Amino acid sequence: MKIAVVLRQVPDPIEPLELMPDEKALDYGEAGFLVNESDEHALEQALLLAEDGTAEVTVLAFDFGDVETTLFSAAAKGVDRILTIPWEEPFPPGTDVATALFADAIRSVRPDCILIGCQAHDELEGAFGPRLAVELELPYLGVVRGVRQTAKEMVLEAHKEYPGAAKARMSVQLPAVLGILAADQPPRYVPVSRIREAMKSAEFEELELESVPPSVAVSVARLSFPLRGDGARMLEGNEREVAEQIAEILVEKGVLT
Amino acid sequence: MSEQDVLVVADLEGDSISNGTLELIGAAGQWTETHGGQVLAALLSTDGASQAMRLAAADRILAVDNPVLAHYCPGPFLDALSEIVRREAPRLVLFASSTVGLDLAPGLAAVLKTPCLGNCRAFDAEGDAVMATCSYCSGKLVAELQAKGRPVVLTLLPGAFHPATRIGKGELEPVAMELAEGAIRFEEMILADQSDVDITQQDVLVSVGRGIQQEDNMELAQELAEALGGELAASRPIVDQGWLAATRQVGKSGMIVKPRLYLALGVSGAPEHVEGMSGSELTIAVNTDPEAPIFEIADYGVEMDMLDLMPELTEVLKRKRAVSYER
Ligand SMILES: Cc1cc2nc3c(=O)[nH]c(=O)nc-3n(C[C@H](O)[C@H](O)[C@H](O)COP(=O)(O)OP(=O)(O)OC[C@H]3O[C@@H](n4cnc5c(N)ncnc54)[C@H](O)[C@@H]3O)c2cc1C
Ligand SMILES: Nc1ncnc2c1ncn2[C@@H]1O[C@H](COP(=O)(O)O)[C@@H](O)[C@H]1O
Repeated sequence: MKIAVVLRQVPDPIEPLELMPDEKALDYGEAGFLVNESDEHALEQALLLAEDGTAEVTVLAFDFGDVETTLFSAAAKGVDRILTIPWEEPFPPGTDVATALFADAIRSVRPDCILIGCQAHDELEGAFGPRLAVELELPYLGVVRGVRQTAKEMVLEAHKEYPGAAKARMSVQLPAVLGILAADQPPRYVPVSRIREAMKSAEFEELELESVPPSVAVSVARLSFPLRGDGARMLEGNEREVAEQIAEILVEKGVLT
Repeated sequence: MSEQDVLVVADLEGDSISNGTLELIGAAGQWTETHGGQVLAALLSTDGASQAMRLAAADRILAVDNPVLAHYCPGPFLDALSEIVRREAPRLVLFASSTVGLDLAPGLAAVLKTPCLGNCRAFDAEGDAVMATCSYCSGKLVAELQAKGRPVVLTLLPGAFHPATRIGKGELEPVAMELAEGAIRFEEMILADQSDVDITQQDVLVSVGRGIQQEDNMELAQELAEALGGELAASRPIVDQGWLAATRQVGKSGMIVKPRLYLALGVSGAPEHVEGMSGSELTIAVNTDPEAPIFEIADYGVEMDMLDLMPELTEVLKRKRAVSYER
């Protein structure tokens, strides 16, 4: 079986986000980047599926943000191929462009199964996986936690999540696109020494794809930071003082007697 | 059929229409009041007539009854919705941000080659465009977006719109169509483990997020929960790590809780988490990041390292308890 995994760079949400002067885009020059969390789970799920040794895992990514770090780490985790899509702009590709280029890249790999994170926090136009699937004329199942190989080679079993910690066991006839929320186990840790080795030996294949014009159907009129409104009343002081204040609030509200 | 019709896609939880669906109808009603048009509801199931009552606030309930729609599976659901949209040509299509809506909305938009906007808190028309205010970057930013196309597909942020109070015509219209089973099929539903504590029934929840950093630190949170006479809950990454059971997860794919006290420690307040705890009576949030979105919805906030605060708070609470027992 051939598995393709899509890895996207997203701005690190823990670092302060900055806006461009026109307030229509994030200032990506100021942002720190990391791999989209659920994409990292998608990679882990692919590696778990490949553990029996019969599957080949190919990773695809735009050459954007801090992608080298992500890709060297993927190489150290043992993926078979790494394909990069050239990207010169200082901002990431928009949804339509990303869909078209990833789809072209994926077609060149001819995978049986495509795994992608079921969301990224910088998506404005809904999740990306379902679009990619439509572009590839494949079915899509998202918000998946856990995928297993069944006795039939081209049939997987996936758990789709529902509210209340419920899940549906679904059978997936390949080829298909799966939107992963979480892998069966947390993404594996790779020691820095292995990443260093990968930096020496790993090879990225750069794809040559036809460029795609950006879409104008959706545009950003303005980005802003949320109004704080009344927000929380902030408690000040050292640990002990704050703890005392919390205890008082709890007594006052009748939570503690 | 009118230029301004809004199609709401009914979201089922098990056998019943979700509360989120009523919020969609409420939002659709606001639109039709201003712009005209009718509120249509698409109801995909095996027996629409048994569900239609809950959708009475809509004007027309378009019920597709088919055995392949007994449980969500992407193929027939996407086919049925595309067909309804082609027949009815609504201005807007609204989805709940449920684990099904998140799959279907962008897929439908892609099939119809029309725009899709996610996590909307408000929307309106501006000329021939649709403007929407959307939550962006896990709630750290707000985006005002403009979409041109017809229809525009929107997923609505849970809790952002009031459930419908309008009185619709509530007319049930069976819709006949051929549907085939797809390549992805439903096998069985696996329900949550019933043996664990039910966090939806607890008065006091100590909820830990990724700020806890290491599994070893869970003990500090456990001690704090005990000192408060409460139970531990968590955000999704903690459950993904396997540090707490899935039954303890609060949020979209976890539990909806309404405790008297929700103490959120190292939880950023992503919309998927907030939708599970926004009904809490009293929320106190502890986070090292003053910009964390959780501070917008908490009653009290503390900008501090949770690892430093937890042992102090446990001690203070234990001492208070001891004093109140002595009395
Ligand atoms: C379909 C779908 C369903 C989802 N369902 C759920 C769900 O049910 N429940 C859920 O929770 N999430 C859910 N998510 C995930 C959600 O989007 C967020 O990723 C998640 O809630 C983030 O968890 P967190 O706040 O613990 O982690 P982060 O967002 O990483 O936040 C950690 C916070 O801890 C703070 N911090 C770090 N160190 C410290 C310290 N020492 N002291 C104090 N604070 C510290 C940081 O400032 C940060 O704000 C879902 C996502 C999707 C796509
Ligand atoms: N048939 C299956 N298909 C997909 N995921 C599964 C399946 N069985 C178990 N899992 C997942 O594997 C993990 C461990 O489950 P268990 O095998 O029950 O210990 C959980 O995340 C399950 O959701």
